Amino acid sequence: MSFINYASREINCKIVYYGPGLGGKTTNLQFIYERTSPSNKGQLISLATETDRTLFFDFLPLDLGTVRGFRTRFHLYTVPGQVFYDASRKLILKGVDGVIMVADSQEMRMDANLEALDNLKINLHENGFDLATIPYALQLNKRDLPNIVSFDEMHKQLNVKGEPTFEAVAPKGAGVFETLKAVAKLVLQDLSKK
Amino acid sequence: MMLLGTNLVMYEEEFQRISSVLARLWVDANAKIVFLVDKNGQQIAAKGDLEKVDATSLASLTAGNVAATDGLAKLIGEKEFSILFHEGERDNIHISIVGQRLILVVIFDERSSLGLVRLRVRKAAAELEDVLSQMAEKASQEGQAPASPFAEITDDDIDALFSE
Repeated sequence: MSFINYASREINCKIVYYGPGLGGKTTNLQFIYERTSPSNKGQLISLATETDRTLFFDFLPLDLGTVRGFRTRFHLYTVPGQVFYDASRKLILKGVDGVIMVADSQEMRMDANLEALDNLKINLHENGFDLATIPYALQLNKRDLPNIVSFDEMHKQLNVKGEPTFEAVAPKGAGVFETLKAVAKLVLQDLSKK
Repeated sequence: MMLLGTNLVMYEEEFQRISSVLARLWVDANAKIVFLVDKNGQQIAAKGDLEKVDATSLASLTAGNVAATDGLAKLIGEKEFSILFHEGERDNIHISIVGQRLILVVIFDERSSLGLVRLRVRKAAAELEDVLSQMAEKASQEGQAPASPFAEITDDDIDALFSE
């Protein structure tokens, strides 16, 4: 749920990275954090376990500059991917403006991708959203690994509504900004319709 | 639900009113920092010694905290826990829910007390709820007017945001 503040001429939007555990959601945020100039970003907050698995969420505020005189800020969140953190995932989707699904391209993770996608649909619905209408992009991550599923096959299985789909290698940054940009664009276009 | 389901839009007049409520609370409660966040983690207004804290992170973590506590409440059959209190060695945080969608946070040290903060927060919360219902009324009267500043946004505008 975007927050438009006419007094300070600011607009805040919330984007959530969703997907199976160890799929690279946090890595996406880390790359964005590293590559953004200090004046345009806040702290990267990670609520993680001792083994660096996301426990609750990662959070990165990003300042993208001004559109039509309004300072545009995106709040990027990740969810914990592990199956048993479902209650937390649900909470983080509250008030979301756009979603990025980070899928793991490895063959053995296809089931986990499909499960995460189903879970996303359910949890969006419980928060009063619909995957069919919410700004949404799909990222096929880990394209540099062996034993990956072809782009076409992944697209067939995971692309739900013709959403923009990107191949990515998150630690190297390939596809990271492209995915974010696509969803940010959809979010802003969505706002223009309201 | 109508109010909870809509995008939050704030204009100068409401912002001024909210700011003055926070300023009074800040003085009356002898607080270090007072701030108002929406449940999605977006900061709405703040007053006090803000240079020393990362306000954006504070807002997001507060909302996460409240969301988690709300989840706990539902698990045991409560509607919500309307007040949370964290006690530290030096500073304390008092968090309360206002009008179901906003979170009022007061950070204070030994120069104040929990009793004083609770008392002043109650008064401020009532005033803030007034402003909130005024905002809701305005939104329902005016419909979607004035037009969103993004109504005529172009692809070029959006591309410009990412051109670095």
